[in-house]
Amino acid sequence: MTAAKTTDYLDMELLRFSTAGSVDDGKSTLIGRLMYDTKTIFEDQLEAVVRSSRQRGDENVNLALLTDGLRAEREQGITIDVAYRYFATPKRKFIIADTPGHIQYTRNMVTGASTANLAIILVDARKGIIEQTCRHSFIANLLNIRHVVLCVNKMDLVDYSEDRFDEIVGEYKEFASRLQIPQMTFIPISALHGDNVVNKSDKTPWYQGPPLLYHLETVYIGSDANHVDARLPVQWVIRPHSAQWHDFRGFAGRVAGGVFKPGDEVTVMPSGFSSRIKAIHTADGELTEAFHPHSVAVTLEDEIDISRGDMLAKPNNLPKVSQDVEAMICWFSEKQKLDPRGQYLLKHTTNEVKARVQEVVYKVNVNTLHKIEDDREIGLNEIGRVRIRTSAPLLHDSYQRNRVTGSFILVDPFTHDTVAAGMIR
Amino acid sequence: MGKRGYTLGGFSIFIMTQSYNVSHLEHLESEAIYVLREVAAQFQNPALLFSGGKDSICVAHLAKKAFWPARPPFPFVHVDTGHNFPETIEYRDKFVADIGANLIVASVQDSIDKGRVREEKGPNASRNALQTVTLLDAISEHGFDCAIGGARRDEEKARAKERFFSHRDDFGQWDPKNQRPELWNLFNGRMHPGEHFRVFPLSNWTEMDVWQYIKKENIPLPTIYFSHEREIVERGGTLLAVTDFITVQEGETPEKRVVRFRTVGDATCTGAVESTADTLEAVIAEVAAARQTERGTRADDKRSETAMEDRKRQGYF
Repeated sequence: MTAAKTTDYLDMELLRFSTAGSVDDGKSTLIGRLMYDTKTIFEDQLEAVVRSSRQRGDENVNLALLTDGLRAEREQGITIDVAYRYFATPKRKFIIADTPGHIQYTRNMVTGASTANLAIILVDARKGIIEQTCRHSFIANLLNIRHVVLCVNKMDLVDYSEDRFDEIVGEYKEFASRLQIPQMTFIPISALHGDNVVNKSDKTPWYQGPPLLYHLETVYIGSDANHVDARLPVQWVIRPHSAQWHDFRGFAGRVAGGVFKPGDEVTVMPSGFSSRIKAIHTADGELTEAFHPHSVAVTLEDEIDISRGDMLAKPNNLPKVSQDVEAMICWFSEKQKLDPRGQYLLKHTTNEVKARVQEVVYKVNVNTLHKIEDDREIGLNEIGRVRIRTSAPLLHDSYQRNRVTGSFILVDPFTHDTVAAGMIR
Repeated sequence: MGKRGYTLGGFSIFIMTQSYNVSHLEHLESEAIYVLREVAAQFQNPALLFSGGKDSICVAHLAKKAFWPARPPFPFVHVDTGHNFPETIEYRDKFVADIGANLIVASVQDSIDKGRVREEKGPNASRNALQTVTLLDAISEHGFDCAIGGARRDEEKARAKERFFSHRDDFGQWDPKNQRPELWNLFNGRMHPGEHFRVFPLSNWTEMDVWQYIKKENIPLPTIYFSHEREIVERGGTLLAVTDFITVQEGETPEKRVVRFRTVGDATCTGAVESTADTLEAVIAEVAAARQTERGTRADDKRSETAMEDRKRQGYF
């Protein structure tokens, strides 16, 4: 595999994936191999890592040192939070959200998974499915990741046994039947020796599928975004105040779902007024259609009062409008637990409202997926189902249907910390 | 191929229509525009840090696009070390005039004259670190609550965990262990009086992405990014341009070489690379084949393993 050729580069797609795991399951080795084999790691970076590893007395080159650059991380040998890593092949650019397995795993995994199309879950072929496998799968599912790849690693240590691989896959499928993951892929690999990572291995003739990198380059993600329910949360109103653009009022935002075209009838929420799209502007010219993730500025036929936080939709397909929502939330703050009487700021699309948690319906044990109903206190790294009341209606869809219009964060009004992330049911 | 849904007599039918794929550069552009619009909406008095380097040129270009046909609703701030390549200043003035932005120059020389900072001494003296004080002074003098920068996560390890919306306390300091988690596209720019934010719209871009985008958008660049003949000295493995701002040491022989710069910073610590790449295509081919990161040419990063983190904690870009 070579790095992207300059001529190919302009047509590449973007795939974002998450990885999670602990130090010894070979995750660093796998990422390092992907990056090294695609010529992403540079000479000076590698030299620095080799030097540091030697100084620390590590036996192998510790690739975590590539991104664990903070003083505290180097001193304590830990990864503090999500590390974003980048590599590219001629087909795709990849963004890895790499989350540590040992500390604050849930919070970091949720953060990393929130923007990912795909999750790689690593299993040690000797150990099989463990608690961490289940936890990562549950979070991938909760964050609505559509593509999960289970890499059964260290196949070299089980003599590349087809039986062992089948056994693990069977076990995983049984567990995953409780989740709703649309696409699951199983690949037997050895990250250390490179089997089925970039190239197909001759040690696993019984495996008919592609190597991991080929799968990452070709997995179809075109239908992951919602192209059905037209939604444009208004971010900013562009008013040039210039002679040439005197009456221009462009409603700027990033399309969150569906397709908008000039001439389309739109309803402005929450006011309910209707108009037609006059034009969809970008600095490069007008578009004949706009869809996620385009950032555009829309002008309308009629003069309607519209401001940040409003949403354009289609009259026959409006978002839900409610001050009461049920959501799964993940708690992020180590300083405070969820206060059932407390008031929070809720940020949702381009809107900001006050919010109170009315009821904790249940908590989830992220390792067993069991509901916990006798303890309803939600603290750091805990996930639970809650009912929330807001000071103004939220224009929303279920998270399952639209990641943008179905997600929110809770902010502490005094410290301004982001204390929780939520997915609307 | 994309799927589009229609409802007919209670049945949902899907018709294969044209593709909804977008290229990675379109993705990155729309993300950066979204971030810039969030800045305009969430802050009272933001500013864009403009150095005349390729990354800040990209951000400025994106700002032009984000608010078109209006002008960017914030001024551009250049923290001027006084140790500039003249080509960069020429470029800066033309670029800013073309966009119609308001330019504020914050000068390190002024900070020195006012006694706010003391110039470093010795052969490797640099004004790089002094910029931090000038920058923080400019932020407080003009009451900026947000400074937009061109930093990318791929360029240096201390930046790899930086947020899009990065909080600074009322001393301008960054606390890497106490960063707010960032999920989806929800950015939390709330703060107490006296604090501010640094915002990095290019967080997810790589050096290659920036070059490709410059090519796609046909953005003009300062000439020092392209191959030219220049008098240089070699110091500690770095090729430094011979200018009025550096003192040639004993044992060093200035010589003419064909070079270009991969980053633009203070002339005293920005190293050149030997290169014959004199067009964008040639530069891109060189970047693709490079075996050294672009910051490998920055003497300021070689001071220690965590040099960048130490400067960032103090309030550096």
